[in-house]
Amino acid sequence: MTQTVAPPTLPPTRKLPSSPAPQPRPRRSLVSRYADPLFNVIAVGLLLVAIVAIIYPMYFILIASVSEPSEILNGNVWVVPRGFTLEGYVQILSDAGILRGFANSVLYTVVGTGVSVAVILAAAYALSRKDLYGRTPLMLLFVITMFIDGGLIARYLVVRDLGMLDTMWAVVLPGAVGVWNLIIARAFFENNVPGELRDAAQMDGASDFRFFFSIVLPLSKPLIFLMIMIHLVANWNAFFDALIFLDSEDKYPLQLVLRNVLVQSEVSAAGGTGALDSYAAAQRLGELIKYGMIVISTIPLLIVLPFMQKHFTKGAMLGAVKN
Amino acid sequence: MSTTRSFRPPGASSTPRAARRTSRLRRALRSWQLYVLLLPAIIHVILFKYWPMYGAQIAFRNYNPADGFAGSPWAGLEHFARFIGSFQFERVVMNTLTLNSLGLLIAFPVPIILALIVNQLQSERFKKFTQTVLYSPSFISVVVIVGMIHLLFSPRAGLVNNVIELFGGDPIFFMGMPEWFRPLYIGSDIWQNAGFSMIIYLAALTAISPALHEAARVDGANKLQRIWHIDIPGIMPVVTILFILAIGNLFNLGFEKVLLMQTDLNLQTSEVIQTYVYSVGLQQAQFSYSAAIGLFNSLINLVLLLTFNWIARKAGQSSLW
Repeated sequence: MTQTVAPPTLPPTRKLPSSPAPQPRPRRSLVSRYADPLFNVIAVGLLLVAIVAIIYPMYFILIASVSEPSEILNGNVWVVPRGFTLEGYVQILSDAGILRGFANSVLYTVVGTGVSVAVILAAAYALSRKDLYGRTPLMLLFVITMFIDGGLIARYLVVRDLGMLDTMWAVVLPGAVGVWNLIIARAFFENNVPGELRDAAQMDGASDFRFFFSIVLPLSKPLIFLMIMIHLVANWNAFFDALIFLDSEDKYPLQLVLRNVLVQSEVSAAGGTGALDSYAAAQRLGELIKYGMIVISTIPLLIVLPFMQKHFTKGAMLGAVKN
Repeated sequence: MSTTRSFRPPGASSTPRAARRTSRLRRALRSWQLYVLLLPAIIHVILFKYWPMYGAQIAFRNYNPADGFAGSPWAGLEHFARFIGSFQFERVVMNTLTLNSLGLLIAFPVPIILALIVNQLQSERFKKFTQTVLYSPSFISVVVIVGMIHLLFSPRAGLVNNVIELFGGDPIFFMGMPEWFRPLYIGSDIWQNAGFSMIIYLAALTAISPALHEAARVDGANKLQRIWHIDIPGIMPVVTILFILAIGNLFNLGFEKVLLMQTDLNLQTSEVIQTYVYSVGLQQAQFSYSAAIGLFNSLINLVLLLTFNWIARKAGQSSLW
C-alpha cells in the first residue's frame, strides 16, 4: 500500500518533476495493484465486525443490569442504560445464598489452586530431570490418562468410596493435576534450568530438595505465575464437579448458585423475596438479578485478565510448540 | 556408568548384569528426594484416574455398592446390548455425531481465518487490541455463557428478539425450539473460543521465516497470495495436530455446556451420549448401564483418534506419534 502511495509524495529534488516515477514492474494488472488495499479494507472490516460482536453483548448485559426491565422489554435499551436502577445489585449483595456461594468459590479456588500448583510443579521438576531413573515409564503413566479415562460414573463411585462426597475435597482434588499443565511445566524446567547449575549445586552439597526450593523455584517465576493464573480461572469457573459431588446448598460454589439462578431460573431462590407482592414484581427483580449476577461473577476475571494476558499468550504458545 | 560397572564390591552379585541393576538401584535411591516430589502426583493419578479406569469394569457387571467394583456379579455385554437395542440409542448417537461434527466443521476454520487476517495487520497496537478483545470471552465460565444465551435470546425482553422486533419480525423462543439448539451451541462456541485458538495459530505464524515473505514480496506476490502460498502451508502441521486432537475429543467436547443448555423442550436435539449417561447414571442411579454407555462413548473416541492419526500419517502430514 505504501508503495502505491509513495511516488507522488516524494520530494521533487530526487527526480525531475516532469517524468513519472519509474515503477519496478510497470505492467502490473489492475487486480494486482488493488489487491492489497482491497484486502486491507476487507480484513479490517471483518475484524471490526468481530470485535463489535464480542464486545456489544457484554456491554449490553452491563447496561441492562442497571436499566429498568420494562425499558428493555420495550426495546429502548441499546446504548445507554434507561431508567437507572441499582435494585438488582442491592438484592444480590443482600442475598445470603449468593454471598455464601461467593465465599465458597473463593475458598475452593484458593485451596484448589494451591494444591494443583504445588503438586504439578514438584512432579514436573522431577520429570524434567534426565537422570531420573524410570523417567519414561513414569511420564507414560501420566500421558496415558490424557487418552483413556474411566468415565463419569466410575469417577463418581471412586469419590464416593473415598468418602469425599459433599465435602470441599470432592470439588478440589479430582481435577487437581492436569497432564497438559504438567507437560507445559516440565518443558519449562527442561529449557530454563541449566544442567550446569545443578552440577554446581550438587558439588556444593545441595540436596535435590534444597536445589528445587531455593534455586529452581525462584528461577521459575513466570511459570509459577502462569500456573497460578490458569488454575485460578479454571477453579473459579468450574461447576460440574460441584454439581455431581455436592448435596448441601451451603457448600455450593458461586457457579452452581449462578446455574440455579441463570439457567434453572430459580429466581425465588436468589432473592429472599418473600415480601414481593406480585408475580410481575418478582419477575422484574429476577431479570435485574440475572443481569447483575453475570456482571458480578465475571468481574474477578476481568481484574486478573490484564495481569495474565502476557503470560497466558506465552503459555498458549508454549503449548503450541510442545504440540 | 563404566566406572560403576568395573567396580565390584565384595559380596555384590557376581554377574555384570546384576551389578548393573544394583548400581542403577543405588542411583535411584540416591535421588530419592525426586521421587518424593513426584509422589503426590502419582498418588493423584492412581486415585482419580487409574482407579476409575479399573472401576470402568462395572460396565460388564451388575454393580452393587456392597460388593464393590470387582466383587459384583458378571453381566457380560448385557448393558451394551440393552443400550444398542434401546429406542434412545439412535437419537442419542445421531445427536452427538451431528452436533460435534457440525461444530467441528463450522467452528474449526474460524480461528485459522482470524489468525491469518490478524497476522497481516500492520499496526501493532490494533493487532494487540484485536487479540485481547477476541480472546477475552474465553475467560467467562460456561455457566455464565449459557446464562447470557438465556437472557439475550429470551423471547421476552431478550436483545436478539428486540432486534428482530425492531425489523418487524415476531419474537422467537430460541431455547424452547429443538432446531435452534445446534446453531446456538455452535455460534456461542465460536463466540467464546475462536479468539483463544487464534492465539495458537498466531504463534505458529510468527514461527514462519520473514525471509519467505520478503522474497515473495520482491516477486510481486500480494497479501492473499502470500497467505495462500506461505502462511497456510507454514501452519499446516499445527492445524493437522489440532484437528486430530479435536477429532479425538469429538464425543467429549462441551458436554457441560450441552447439559446447561438443555431444556425439556429442546431435548430432541440436545440429548447427547454424555448427558444421557449423566441423567441415567447419576440421576436414576443405574450405574452399570450408564457406565457401559460411557465406555461405548470413549471407545468411539479412541477409534476416531487412531483412525484420523493414521490417515494423517499416511497423507504425510504430522501426526501425534
